[in-house]
Amino acid sequence: MARVVVDVMLKPEILDPQGQAIAQALPRLGFGGVADVRAGKHFVLDVDDDVSEQAVREIADTLLANPVIEDFEVRAE
Amino acid sequence: MTTVGARVGARVGARVGARVGARVGIVTFPGSLDDRDAMRAVRVAGAEPVSLWHGDADLHDVDAVIVPGGFSYGDYLRAGAIARFAPVMGPLVVAAREGMPVLGICNGFQVLCETHLLPGALVRNVAQRFICRDVPLVVDNAATAWTSAYENGQHIVVPIKNIDGCFVGSKRLLDELEATGRVVVRYADGAPNGSMRDIAGVCNETGTIVGMMPHPEHAIDDLTGPGVGGLGFFTSLVSRLVDA
Repeated sequence: MARVVVDVMLKPEILDPQGQAIAQALPRLGFGGVADVRAGKHFVLDVDDDVSEQAVREIADTLLANPVIEDFEVRAE
Repeated sequence: MTTVGARVGARVGARVGARVGARVGIVTFPGSLDDRDAMRAVRVAGAEPVSLWHGDADLHDVDAVIVPGGFSYGDYLRAGAIARFAPVMGPLVVAAREGMPVLGICNGFQVLCETHLLPGALVRNVAQRFICRDVPLVVDNAATAWTSAYENGQHIVVPIKNIDGCFVGSKRLLDELEATGRVVVRYADGAPNGSMRDIAGVCNETGTIVGMMPHPEHAIDDLTGPGVGGLGFFTSLVSRLVDA
């Protein structure tokens, strides 16, 4: 078994209302100095050893991310 | 065995013989909410609604399909992301690419975008809130399979009820949609959900596949909706199918 991580983020040009809401909440909580927040999704996959990185990229591209609005990164842990 | 054969034969015979109206399939996913209202709208418009089950990879000889609103599969991952892989979507995508009219309403619009039958994507409303209200719309393209009963520029009032209703796309895509008449309806008083260029609904290149966030099936009679402004989507389809 290998552990593979897929991080999915909205593309930079896509507005992220969730990240904005977090950024706006921070000063109210007394945390200063945070200029911007982008929120994304973090997937942890336990895969058989014979599953290639290419296969995981296909999983990310097909289901975990919507390539129209999101970018993803795949890395082994 | 003979009974089954005879029954199937009788059913087919009866259908062919009695086929006067169009058959419109309405998909039910786990979490669909508006399939019943969509069926009623189809009936009011003069066609026969046919219930299609998400787990059944068969369109049962329908002439068109409506993918209704709701929260298919709980909207897990992204709205429409799981529904896209439901067994019924296999034959639906093939038929849609071959020209069968398909209307995606709200969650159904999200499903059609996830399936890439329609361009762009729907993301969280800018205000991060669920919005449920009647909104004025302008029909931008009255030449699609689902809007021929309207006129270009016609104003109608139809309810929206969504939290992931903000239509987004690249500048290039939005320019292309506008230049080629593929914006079907727009929010007349600004998009309450933040949709780019006030886009409420779009279509494919040939105008057979339409997706929209507002719910025309909730605006088909004065008693239960803000008027009858939504009925035209269904009567457009019926006249197209009957004329065909």
